[in-house]
Amino acid sequence: MNTPTRRDPAHVYDVAVIGGGVVGAAIARDLSGHDLSVALVEARDDVGDGTSKANTAILHTGFDATPGTLESRLVQRGYALLSAYARDTGIPVEHTGAVLVAWTTEELQALPGLKDKAERNGYHQCRLIDADEVHRLVPALADGALGGLTVPDESIICTWTTTLALATDAHQRGTQVLLGHAVTGVAVGPHHTTLTTTRGTVHARWVVNAAGLGADTVDRLFGHDRFTVTPRRGELFVFDKLARPLANKIVLPVPTSRGKGVLISPTVYGNVMLGPTSQDLTDRAATDTSQDGFDFLLAKGERLMPRLLTEEVTATYAGLRAAIDHGDYLIEPTPDQRYLLVGGIRSTGLTAGMAIAEHVTQLLRTAGLTLNPRADLPPPPRMPNIGESTPRPYQDHQRITEDPAYGQVVCFCERVTAGEIRDACHAPLPARNLEGLRRRTRAMNGRCQGFFCGAAVTQLLHAHGNRGGTADPEENR
Amino acid sequence: MTRPPTTLTPDVLVIGAGPAGLTAAAALAPDLQGEVLVLDREQHAGGIPRHSDHTGYGIRDLHRVMTGPAYARRLVDRATAAGATVRTQATVTDWAGDHAVDVTTPQGRLRVEARAVVLATGARERPRPARRIPGDRPHGIYTTGQLQNTVHLHHAPVGTRAVIVGAELVSFSAHLTLREAGCSTALMVSQHAHTESYKAFSLAGRALLRVPVAHRTRVTRIIGKPRVRAVEIEDLDTGARRTVECDTVVLTGDWIPDHELARSAGLELDPGTLGPLVDTALRTSRPGVFAAGNLLHPVDTADIAALDGLHVAGQVRNWLHGDQGTPHAGVRLLAAEPLRWVSPGLIRPGDPAPPRRRLLLWTDDLVRVPRVTVRQADRVVSRHTLPWPAAPGRVFRVPWSVLRGVDPHGGPVTLDVR
Repeated sequence: MNTPTRRDPAHVYDVAVIGGGVVGAAIARDLSGHDLSVALVEARDDVGDGTSKANTAILHTGFDATPGTLESRLVQRGYALLSAYARDTGIPVEHTGAVLVAWTTEELQALPGLKDKAERNGYHQCRLIDADEVHRLVPALADGALGGLTVPDESIICTWTTTLALATDAHQRGTQVLLGHAVTGVAVGPHHTTLTTTRGTVHARWVVNAAGLGADTVDRLFGHDRFTVTPRRGELFVFDKLARPLANKIVLPVPTSRGKGVLISPTVYGNVMLGPTSQDLTDRAATDTSQDGFDFLLAKGERLMPRLLTEEVTATYAGLRAAIDHGDYLIEPTPDQRYLLVGGIRSTGLTAGMAIAEHVTQLLRTAGLTLNPRADLPPPPRMPNIGESTPRPYQDHQRITEDPAYGQVVCFCERVTAGEIRDACHAPLPARNLEGLRRRTRAMNGRCQGFFCGAAVTQLLHAHGNRGGTADPEENR
Repeated sequence: MTRPPTTLTPDVLVIGAGPAGLTAAAALAPDLQGEVLVLDREQHAGGIPRHSDHTGYGIRDLHRVMTGPAYARRLVDRATAAGATVRTQATVTDWAGDHAVDVTTPQGRLRVEARAVVLATGARERPRPARRIPGDRPHGIYTTGQLQNTVHLHHAPVGTRAVIVGAELVSFSAHLTLREAGCSTALMVSQHAHTESYKAFSLAGRALLRVPVAHRTRVTRIIGKPRVRAVEIEDLDTGARRTVECDTVVLTGDWIPDHELARSAGLELDPGTLGPLVDTALRTSRPGVFAAGNLLHPVDTADIAALDGLHVAGQVRNWLHGDQGTPHAGVRLLAAEPLRWVSPGLIRPGDPAPPRRRLLLWTDDLVRVPRVTVRQADRVVSRHTLPWPAAPGRVFRVPWSVLRGVDPHGGPVTLDVR
């Protein structure tokens, strides 16, 4: 181990991982399980603040991947790795299962093919069901389903805690987490590469590019021209918790020639989500929502589950998926540059992240990086629970008796306590602004969106020595 | 979840220490042997008036005019002096029986098993997502509640130039708060065609409130990041759109009752108000569970909510004293367009008149000289022309006497206004 506790600008890391999303955090964690000095270089002010924070938060079995692809293999492997890691660290997961619902003859006819495809992906639990069973599984669904396909192991997960757990783990293993370091230049030298960033230079012998929406830009800084990221905007509605009994399973559309439709999914926070839209853009910062998107989702919702639309909307947000002109993940080492690209990681990256990390580590070893596993690894972090399937601090009498701050509910809608806000502000990777606090605690994410608690939560954040809302608050629910 | 180790057994549990809950507690406590326990999740009791730092409170219930915070203090003091226990930082999290709840407090978890429960959880304004306004998601967007909390309770800064969405009573309250915080109001945006809804506004004098209002207009997009830079507004009649620069947006009105506990109890809801359906005794569909205040009629003024509390106290007292027979099925009251709701929503033979002998209604259109027609089946029960307007953005109060002649054993009764 050779990691400076305070960043020394002249230090040469063994590996710099560009991108503090779920994939970059998983890679940094994996690498820092070896005798290496690692830097996680993130452009924004927090980890998990880009594509990783605004997605459908599904832990995929990979049943519908293209068989034989790297993505298929890594999603399947990632499902197992992340499921186990979630148990170890307390990442909220609910194994709700999913059902694909066919509404047209074309969709109904596509179901057996999807079952075959699932089996070719190594997933054998799918079952074809008739319309009656579809309606029995999801009673609130609109009338008129023709049949369905169950995927019993599709699950929902907390995407925010996942990235945070992996990044915290990496940090505790010695990874230097460099926030606010947007990479603007690359100089590959004979012994190490120098990254110019908005906060000084970072030197590293090896560089892994996991920059998500920015991966093609960084790749070009290394002199390559092999792919283009097209930001694909997905807008989503999050409905009030009172809607949760309507959707206890993930309701998936049947992919057809007309593309993928929208899904209805419960969330680990106890809400129901409807979306996403799918719109290719050129602007990589266009995370605004649109009237067209809203109209589209409302029309879809009306056809799928009209009762859902009678509930209040708690949040609307838009996320950008890093779509590329390539049918698979693009994970390629360039040994003579001591450089490795992790590109084209689509929404499946949340599930596949840890398997991608394993794969990347293996590729780096093959490419010549010396990797000696460490014997002195700290245990994985135990993350604060912000999911609804296991008890939360406000429900825990013993814990409140020991520390009354856990009995002081500040955010009423989400039942977030002063103790949890304090913890998030003093965590190894602390909340540095209101948005980071929201992702770590759910404070202000509920139905009132701060009507009651907004001022108090902001004051607590300041009291704990952190900034108020000065960073970009995009897409937080 | 395990059972909380401590159980409290008051006669009456009041959930919510706003004007309705505190007034109910103050009226009940002297008459009962057992305890009247008021729980509130906030740090301080008093409800919404605590952060409405302008005058105009207390007129109908206390017969004097005072500021919101002074009014809130007075109601808390009165309930406490009457012998009620007011406990703050006490969040009711779950029902544990017909009249029992579990509560989180800094002292630990509690179970409260009461003989009767009064829900007085109030209402809140719909935030931006619930209003489905698209665009960027910047800082600088508030509801009135959050704005007033920020300015009056936390003394924190807001922006310098605001657009207020809504032009009703609460919108002007937001304007006063903004002015106090040093933020000018560039524009008020109202979907309604008329100014009537705020002509009646007299809190701080009309002269102080000269604010430009864009009528028949809605906000179609919020622009700017990380802070609001502008809003795009649309003329509802022509479809023409323009942007208005601002660094603060206040979303006012558009009330929804805080009905989570009512819903999780499985109480029958009124589809109009979205609060629990009650009769004129303010009984909900669960025997021994009553409701009062803006949970029932989102929203009327604080003094009206308080007088609900006074009214419900008498009904709770009767119930505790043995009047627990199954009430008559009664007759549903329904509102026809442009009326959105009527509260209470149920009348039963033998029941008392509603609070203040008034029905409370909400209109979506302005009717300057309203003629209220009451129908039962195909029969016109009564027609009354009222000398005050029915205006959007505030409760339209109608004398209970319009229902004279309703057959208490007949079908649903519909009220409309032309």
